Amino acid sequence: MTTLPAIRVRGLWKYFGHFAALRGLDLDVEAGRFLTIFGPNGAGKTTLMKVLSTQSGASEGSVVVGGVELPRGAGELRRRIGVISHNTYLYPQLSAYENLVFYGRMYQVPDLRDRAMSLLEEVGLVGRMDDRVATFSRGMEQRLSIARALLHQPDLMFLDEPYTGLDQHASRMLRDVLETLHTGERTIVLTTHNLEQGLEMCDDVAIQVRGRMVYREPIESVDRASFEQTYFDYVGKEFRWDS
Amino acid sequence: MGFLSRSWAIAQKDIVAELRTRETVISMLLFGFLVILIFNFGIEPGLREENLVKPGVLWAAFTFAGILGLNRSFAQEKENDCLQGLLLCPVDRAVIYLGKFFGNLVFTAIMGVVVFIFFSVLYNVDLVGALLPMVLILLLASVGFSSVGTLFSSVSVGLKTRDVLLSILLFPVMVPVILAAAKSSARVLDGDGLGAGSLWLGLLVVYDVVFLAISVMVFDYTVEE
Repeated sequence: MTTLPAIRVRGLWKYFGHFAALRGLDLDVEAGRFLTIFGPNGAGKTTLMKVLSTQSGASEGSVVVGGVELPRGAGELRRRIGVISHNTYLYPQLSAYENLVFYGRMYQVPDLRDRAMSLLEEVGLVGRMDDRVATFSRGMEQRLSIARALLHQPDLMFLDEPYTGLDQHASRMLRDVLETLHTGERTIVLTTHNLEQGLEMCDDVAIQVRGRMVYREPIESVDRASFEQTYFDYVGKEFRWDS
Repeated sequence: MGFLSRSWAIAQKDIVAELRTRETVISMLLFGFLVILIFNFGIEPGLREENLVKPGVLWAAFTFAGILGLNRSFAQEKENDCLQGLLLCPVDRAVIYLGKFFGNLVFTAIMGVVVFIFFSVLYNVDLVGALLPMVLILLLASVGFSSVGTLFSSVSVGLKTRDVLLSILLFPVMVPVILAAAKSSARVLDGDGLGAGSLWLGLLVVYDVVFLAISVMVFDYTVEE
């Protein structure tokens, strides 16, 4: 008996007016795997993440996430997904704790206060829990954003360029927190154009260029030393095809 | 936690943020005071038709000041892309609409009552006799104003010209509210009481119910990508 992957996308097209951001994209992600999608700016990575995380609808094609067909089951799926983006979705005028409690109420998280406190501890922000998010550094905001995304214990995580704007120290802290998420019980999809950070924790590697997946391999069969060349070969080839 | 309590959580979040920044209500109040003051300079003292003009002044101030609050309502959800964070929550879109509506209603009603008190001082209105009926009219008008205003604010928030667009969209639809509120408050300010303007009050109630229901139903389409 074959089990359905956690994410199955077939023939996905997404148009913005006449512009096709995704062009017949296919994707399978097995449950519990960590997939990193690399791609240059304008490859459609964020558009793909928005479709997978119910924020945007497909123009054509089928999208099944966590066994739920989108967009029909979007409401049901939202209980099970966590999204971390370069935008933090945090209210600057509320404190770190208030932000978590607010989102926890939206997700109807049981034992909310305890859950919020334990997450604040996990991301190292207990000491700043009563401070307004407006006073936080970019790195602290992103750590709090991780806590927000984990409040309802999602089994699917979508991380869209989470390292954007972080300095090296903050990136390192974020990486440590992300490592704790990669337990094999959660399916994780990360998009980035930073090769070094993207290769660190993943199980599978994909390259997306101009709205299509052009490369997909398990990390074991990827030669890290030469991956940069592989990446530029694919990116360059795609640009030549389209020119 | 039910439908309404989650809506209230959204409104509560807006109120807490406002209590900290005091950006919205203060600017609404100042603008409302200025409109009343400017009209006061423009109207000749002892004018025979002053009673006919007064309600118009009050409701012009209410509408212009109210627009400022509505413009801020969804604009603050754009900071850090919080609107997407809200839309990702497993809640019905109506919960989000009603949460934003409740927040706008609180700010608009507070502005309306304070602006009326300022107005009554400047235009020599019997505050004790008029306050309760006027609060009722202001509340009903605030419901109509906030229901349609919240919807249009969500439509215009992503646009560069949102300030202008919101006014252009909102004012024509608000005509029945302003008309009914001005007519019923004219009766109250004349000392006739609420009963004399009951027909207009009825129109306000019908408008509130109809437009709140329509706004709840169509909000989903305004926020979907």
